[in-house]
Amino acid sequence: MTVSTDSAALHARPRDRRRWHLSEQTQTVLLLLPSILALTVFIYVFISFTFWVSLSNWRTLKPDLTLREPLFATYVEMFNMVRWQADLRNTFVFTVFFIAFAVTLGLTLAILLDRHLAGHNVFRNVFLFPYALSFVVTGVVWRWIFNPETGINLLFEVLGINYLLAQAGMEPLKPGWITDPTVVAQVNGILATVLPGADAWQVKWGIPLAMIPVAIAATWQLSGFVMALYIGGMATISDEVREAARIDGASEFQVYRKVIIPMLRPVTISVVVILLHVSLKIFDLVYTMAGVGPGFATDVPAIFVFEQMFKATRYNLGSAAAIIMLVLVALVIVPYLASTLREDT
Amino acid sequence: MFGKSLLFAMTVLLMAALVFTGCAAPVAAPSGGEAAAPAGGEAAAPAGGEKLEVFSWWTSGGEAAALQALFDAYAAQYPDVEIVNATVAGGGGSAARGVLQTRLAGGDVPDTWQVHPGFELIGQYVEPGFVAPVTDLYASEGWNEVVPQALRDMMTVDGEVYQVTVGVHRGNGFWYNKQLLADNGIEIGETLSVDEFIAIADQLQAAGVTPLCVGDSGIWATAQLFENTLLGTIGPEAYDGLWDGSTRFDDPGVKQAMETYGKMLEYQNEDHSALSWDQAVKKLMEGGCAFNSMGDWAYGEFVAAGLTDNEEFGWVSHPGTAGSFMIVADGFPIGNGSANPENAMNWLKVLGSKEAQEAFNPLKGSICARTDCDRAKFGVYHNWSMDSFANDALVPSVVHGSAAPADFQQGFNDAVTVFVVDKNVDAFANALVAAAQSSGFGQ
Amino acid sequence: MTAATLSQPKPRYRRQRRWGTYAVWLVMFLMAIVFLTPVYVMVANGLKDAQSVSLQRMWLPPAQLSTDNGFAGAWVRLSPNMMNSLLMVIPATILSSLIGAVNGYLFAKWKFRGSDIIFTLLLFGFFIPYQSVLLPLVRTLQILGVYGTIPGLILVHVIYGIPITTLIFRNYFAGVPTELMDAARVDGAGLITTFTRVMLPLSIPAFVVVGIFQFTNIWNDFLFGVTVVPNPAAQPVTIALNNLSGTFSVEWNVVMAGAVLAALPTAIIYILLGRFFIRGILAGSVKG
Repeated sequence: MTVSTDSAALHARPRDRRRWHLSEQTQTVLLLLPSILALTVFIYVFISFTFWVSLSNWRTLKPDLTLREPLFATYVEMFNMVRWQADLRNTFVFTVFFIAFAVTLGLTLAILLDRHLAGHNVFRNVFLFPYALSFVVTGVVWRWIFNPETGINLLFEVLGINYLLAQAGMEPLKPGWITDPTVVAQVNGILATVLPGADAWQVKWGIPLAMIPVAIAATWQLSGFVMALYIGGMATISDEVREAARIDGASEFQVYRKVIIPMLRPVTISVVVILLHVSLKIFDLVYTMAGVGPGFATDVPAIFVFEQMFKATRYNLGSAAAIIMLVLVALVIVPYLASTLREDT
Repeated sequence: MFGKSLLFAMTVLLMAALVFTGCAAPVAAPSGGEAAAPAGGEAAAPAGGEKLEVFSWWTSGGEAAALQALFDAYAAQYPDVEIVNATVAGGGGSAARGVLQTRLAGGDVPDTWQVHPGFELIGQYVEPGFVAPVTDLYASEGWNEVVPQALRDMMTVDGEVYQVTVGVHRGNGFWYNKQLLADNGIEIGETLSVDEFIAIADQLQAAGVTPLCVGDSGIWATAQLFENTLLGTIGPEAYDGLWDGSTRFDDPGVKQAMETYGKMLEYQNEDHSALSWDQAVKKLMEGGCAFNSMGDWAYGEFVAAGLTDNEEFGWVSHPGTAGSFMIVADGFPIGNGSANPENAMNWLKVLGSKEAQEAFNPLKGSICARTDCDRAKFGVYHNWSMDSFANDALVPSVVHGSAAPADFQQGFNDAVTVFVVDKNVDAFANALVAAAQSSGFGQ
Repeated sequence: MTAATLSQPKPRYRRQRRWGTYAVWLVMFLMAIVFLTPVYVMVANGLKDAQSVSLQRMWLPPAQLSTDNGFAGAWVRLSPNMMNSLLMVIPATILSSLIGAVNGYLFAKWKFRGSDIIFTLLLFGFFIPYQSVLLPLVRTLQILGVYGTIPGLILVHVIYGIPITTLIFRNYFAGVPTELMDAARVDGAGLITTFTRVMLPLSIPAFVVVGIFQFTNIWNDFLFGVTVVPNPAAQPVTIALNNLSGTFSVEWNVVMAGAVLAALPTAIIYILLGRFFIRGILAGSVKG
């Protein structure tokens, strides 16, 4: 865009030169200045302060900004904590399941709606509706649904699933959901070959089952959003492309698989990036739905920060965790922003 | 010619004003609350000795009634003073403490506020200088004779006392469903040792009865189960030693307590992590299990359900803790630099009096901090508790903030969270040792 | 369904298409039921009175409708907090939209050296985890004297809303043809006048989109609410709802009804203005 140069050309009119006025570039910068200043302080200065606190000795109600010796001791302490390791494991597991579920479901729903059958607008609104809700509302309801005594387990009874299983001689289906401390697919044994003693680690590196209901609840909330993005993306794919594929003999299914979904790759990338940054930051949903979970099965870094800072008054530890959260998010977002920046210029 | 510049300047100013909205309207009372506040939360009292601002989190049922009883006792003696009831709702003071801390940090000191003795008082209020000593009051009112030494010690720093305690709850209670036990031919005596409990629990389990109800959603109930077991295993002297470093968390006695705790967890209900503490008590009342380890605020649940002391339910000290009384108490200090120090001093005088405590505690469900209260005003359970308070060893609770600083409390809870799942005693002990050292009191 | 496909007369294909249509419809219908189940749970249990609400009967609709149901209790408990939320959301939405509009206009039409970089740095602020600024934020608000107040929350939401509102307006204004601006300039309009006379009237759709987006996000916020306002009496409804479900003896009908009440404003906006809601998502999230 060459707006500035056009404006400059228009500038060179005798009428303007006779008036004293700030150059438009200055005006622009001055008008932007309050926002820029506010955000510089409220984001970049604040982050720097948090980083300083994470290196400091502040661990009681009295602020103490003297630096801790050795400098990164708080970070070392944190990464040695069972709870923090569990948090990292949980975040990773949650992210994988959440993104897999949400992208699959969102894409599927978008494809179903793409058929433009009767009433598809109603369905679209139903699927997108949970996105308008607060994570707190979602957490409260899904906590109930995933209560092991009732909720979905009760549905299994009522629908006769357990009866059928009993007939087949199998155990009834009554998962513990968010109260289940089990970690399946543990790789500690495998890790022990590379890192001796991994067998005896307290943190079991695997898939904490309690995280899956949380991922389901998050999927329910956000798959509509993913669907909307895919619908938007599909709207940009012209009919000619689909026609060409059909003429080449592709069935509807193949049209989607071979043509449309690959063309949606940019949308998929956007979706994954956005979902990633949501899952790395997730707080309200987990906090209201499951808390930290038995044996920290559902604890996430955001809850860790909150409890260390405001319950344990360990401000340096909480800040260190917050900085690590920031680093993780930045690892995802900065390349994304940089690439869009390059596209624009 | 100036028109545009003026317009431009105004726009910049408007932008700046829009962005820094909050600065334009600083509010006088930072945490006073904005919209209609159903439970008070008033702004600080203006200068002048006509008011008394009392800050607490006693908003529900019996607590609110008990607080009112204190207000009535105060008003009877000082009718010209207006009492400002500044309460902040929220379980166990979790919300109130945050509001209070902010006010104190901002220099807006209430006249008096609710506080637990021990580390909560000393670490959060005495050390930063938010409260004034009341040692002279204890001397002039004769409280040194009626308030047990151990409790006074929890409120004393460098020889100065900083709080008046009005009510005391017992933390190491052990409640049981009499009918359920009778059905299985079990009777509980005056005390219960750990071995006796294990034998009974085994018997119950064999009969298909859940021995122990635990509701540990929020983890503190099971952390409390551990601290009571710890007390019961190593005894009060060693337990006290944990908090000054003379007992280490990996001493053999402590590890034995951890083994016992792990054993007790084998007897608990399967849905413990989905229940809150009061749901566990309800489960016991309904016959879902035989025993429940809880402080005597659980007594209120029994009473609310219409049950009678020693008929449907019974109690005993937590296994092994006979002879000890774990203190979970409430009291008030004098704010340093508050608006009405004289009124606050009078408030403490009223609080410490026999009459006020006799009015407050039956409603609250706790017992007097004094040992000379009229026994007739209290029921069977509370008389038993008062005997214990007068004669047994008094110890602080870590789960309720008295025994250790907040960061150790967090580390303690975190270690319990992990132990409940993996039952690894060595790792548990190491975690607690590390937390104690990190917090500054462990060796 | 284009004309080309309609003109294919093969019966087998038509039958397959009919089955396919039914199958798709059935799947959508089932999915819709699954999606609406939590809503049913909330509403049904909210309508029950205290005695009949229990975990065991959560799937059953209320046996009888009484006035002593969860909604009555929830309204009593939560209406002060709903008012807090309203007092916070409306000014914050209006202010952050206005600022975003000006910023977006400038970034889109008045680029200067480095404006893209500055814009990207601004945008990064939308993605950061707010935990990384909580501590200095609390301290700053205390110094400014607005900690624990609704104006303080408004300030927080306005400032942290600047990146996303700027992005949406920037994308919107980038689509406005420059000819309109040039015409205004020919008539002697400066930077600001062009904005007020030309751009602003054109940007009503963008305001609607940004307004809805911000209203929803700010209303649903939890982290800032719980950190900046510790006093339950002044807290927004999301935090009050969480407190309700975390109290010692939980009244589930009140909690479920409370969840419905807390969700109502955004749900209503969504139902009435869903079109713009979707546009907000598309405008803000898919760049370019």
